[in-house]
Amino acid sequence: MKYTEEHEWLDIDDEGVVTVGITAHAAEQLGDVVFVELPDVPKTVSKDDEVVVIESVKAASDILAPIDGEIIEVNEALSDEPAKVNDDPEGDAWFFRMTIEDPSALDDFMDEAAYKKFIA
Amino acid sequence: MPERDASDYDEWQRQECGCGMAHGPDGGHAPGCSGADAVAADTVPRTEEGHLKTPLYDLHLELGAKMVEFAGYAMPVQYPLGVMKEHLHTRNEAGLFDVSHMGQVILLSRKKDAARALEALVPQDVADLPEGRQRYGFFTNEAGGIEDDLMIANKGDHLFLVVNAACKEADVARLRAGLEPGVVVKHITGRALLALQGPAAETVLADLAPEVAEMRFMDVRDVVVDGVEIWVSRSGYTGEDGYEISLPAEAADAFARRLLAHDAVQPIGLGARDSLRLEAGLCLYGHDLDAGTSPVEGALSWAIQKVRRAGGARAGGFPGAERILRELAEAAPRMRVGLTPEGRAPMREGVELYAAEDGAAPVGRITSGGFGPSVDGPVAMGYVPAAMTAPGTVLYGDLRGKRRPVTVTALPFVAANFKR
Repeated sequence: MKYTEEHEWLDIDDEGVVTVGITAHAAEQLGDVVFVELPDVPKTVSKDDEVVVIESVKAASDILAPIDGEIIEVNEALSDEPAKVNDDPEGDAWFFRMTIEDPSALDDFMDEAAYKKFIA
Repeated sequence: MPERDASDYDEWQRQECGCGMAHGPDGGHAPGCSGADAVAADTVPRTEEGHLKTPLYDLHLELGAKMVEFAGYAMPVQYPLGVMKEHLHTRNEAGLFDVSHMGQVILLSRKKDAARALEALVPQDVADLPEGRQRYGFFTNEAGGIEDDLMIANKGDHLFLVVNAACKEADVARLRAGLEPGVVVKHITGRALLALQGPAAETVLADLAPEVAEMRFMDVRDVVVDGVEIWVSRSGYTGEDGYEISLPAEAADAFARRLLAHDAVQPIGLGARDSLRLEAGLCLYGHDLDAGTSPVEGALSWAIQKVRRAGGARAGGFPGAERILRELAEAAPRMRVGLTPEGRAPMREGVELYAAEDGAAPVGRITSGGFGPSVDGPVAMGYVPAAMTAPGTVLYGDLRGKRRPVTVTALPFVAANFKR
């Protein structure tokens, strides 16, 4: 598992597909999530493109593409049940899956220990 | 995850003015209102960051509140329960709010009658307000705009006012300039202000002070609890039945703990205060009202009594009377309305409104908006041209570059639950 400074977690499977969600820390900071707007897929993205909008009771936030690649799947369940983002941010409430062009770019992200230090 | 909207709590912090009249989560930036810091007494304790502490500051921390700076004060924006549950708890049982940052002012008649004198600053009927009753009002300016909204109570030998936190220093200065020396203006800084709101509020407060059960909406009276005099009004800013309670600062912590000891009571932060007042269709000064917006535009004509209108015994005689009386007779060019965005996505303050999906120029703007937990959907208020105020009128809000339908909706979104 890798983590970004934007409080996303990245889970890389055996085939190199990256699943992206937000950390429990981020979900807690957001407060109650009431709406999630997901992109149409497939969608080619560049790092830092705004790909998902999350509306909480407090404010709207963006999830940015963590890396260049193509979004191949989104978690449609979040459209109907946005509160899942608060209930299970690092499990069921993943946002999208993407293929990436350069797996070595993942090396720049934090591991769990480094992320914990980052938010401490 | 960058935030995209300007209407979050951090933005509240950057803004100086606001209120919720005698009672919204203050917020906003009203021209003409300076921050509370300006004249705050040196004796008021401050945090390390320099923010003013209310008498309940330590209790908020103990309860696990997330604190934010608001109108110069360190205030709880939410507790561990979270905004959504705090909101619903208030509608279902009872919520306790710390609104000690708001301004409390006493007016005493000396050479002039305070009630009659105050009518030179507000378009309300103060002189006929019966003893033991409270009324909503607002300070107007020469241009007919609103400088702040407030509560005015007739306590018999004096008037008791509650004004917005961020406007309080400006309001006190306005009162002194307009009323002294004939009227004595006392800014009360040694008292806390709590709001207990929700259907269980009566049962909870009556456990400590049985006589409050007899009070009706907008009644005011003084009550003694454990030897402490508390000033109670049956009012609030959530659309629910409830009370606002002024009490000596040194007694506030113990009193709040007694209320919180009741099973029905949870502490509620500014976040839920905002969504509660929005669902109730109540204005937040600095957002839904400001110095350029007239009471008629603000859909507050109901708060200007006949005696102050054209043909009334004391017609006019308040700042901006010319414009306000004219608009009362002829209508205003634009009006505040309730707005229901289609779907689930909230439309927040600043969203531009269009008459058609492909309309070129905006016809209005959202001034408060968010998710309504009781409505279970997005709700908003904003200003639209007078011809577009009929409930059911469909407009289009520009949300992240897409035009989405918004329907004009009669206010409030959630029926008021007052004890009339």
